[in-house]
Amino acid sequence: MIEQDWIWGFVGGLVIGTAGAVYLLINGRIMGASGIVGGLIDGTGMRTMWERLAFIAGVILAPIPLYPLYKEVDTHITGNLVAIVAAGLLVGIGTRMANGCTSGHGVCGMSRLSLRGIVATVFYILAGGMTMVIFKHVLGVI
Amino acid sequence: MRNLFAFISGALFGGGLFISGMTDTAKVQGWLDVFGDWDPTLAFVMGGAMIPMAIAWWFTQGRKPALGGDFPERPEPKIGRNLVLGSVLFGMGWGLVGLCPGPSLASLSYGGPGHWLFVGAMLAGMVAAVPLRRLLPAT
Repeated sequence: MIEQDWIWGFVGGLVIGTAGAVYLLINGRIMGASGIVGGLIDGTGMRTMWERLAFIAGVILAPIPLYPLYKEVDTHITGNLVAIVAAGLLVGIGTRMANGCTSGHGVCGMSRLSLRGIVATVFYILAGGMTMVIFKHVLGVI
Repeated sequence: MRNLFAFISGALFGGGLFISGMTDTAKVQGWLDVFGDWDPTLAFVMGGAMIPMAIAWWFTQGRKPALGGDFPERPEPKIGRNLVLGSVLFGMGWGLVGLCPGPSLASLSYGGPGHWLFVGAMLAGMVAAVPLRRLLPAT
């Protein structure tokens, strides 16, 4: 049984990077989760609709055959529904405004030393860290 | 062919997110929470993902994508309001629950109702971003 620790984090990271490399070198596109989904939402990506849907289907389905390797599959998501809705809205609006998220700006952008990718990553990590300080340590609500 | 390789890439992405523990919100929040019981996993995931990706970018030089077309051009290194403000809003949501777009999709099959609610709200946010992007044109 596999324990989810940093070694598996690194191995999983290599697989994530390989996914980005396949999407770039074969399909010629940047693997950004928020952009792939967002292009279907605002209609700007309809020309490549099937490619986007195929990617999303792969993301959703791939973990299923891997469950048996783990003794527990728990995402430890909060039970605070207000926090979940607020977080989802913020992630949806923010990633579309910034044109990218952890995969597009983070993995794909930073690996080509893109200034925009690096700046975006610095800001979302700082904002995420500040949110932990405020909502966990000061307010104690998450 | 494009759809097949998009599916393969998506499957590697989803599988990698699952293996790495990035669909576990406790690991993501544990990494962001430097004043708590700090969890270094996310840094190893990012570091691991950079390696094949950096090689891939290097490999694109002077070549074309295998299935035709052109590689995405390097965007102008312009830092505008939308990039910064959008990233701050995204980071706040990311910290609040510990999910970003990729892992929120990868965990849909096993995360339960909380994850469905998150993805629903995220899609609503993406819809709301459409008029917002018109109001706030890129600077």
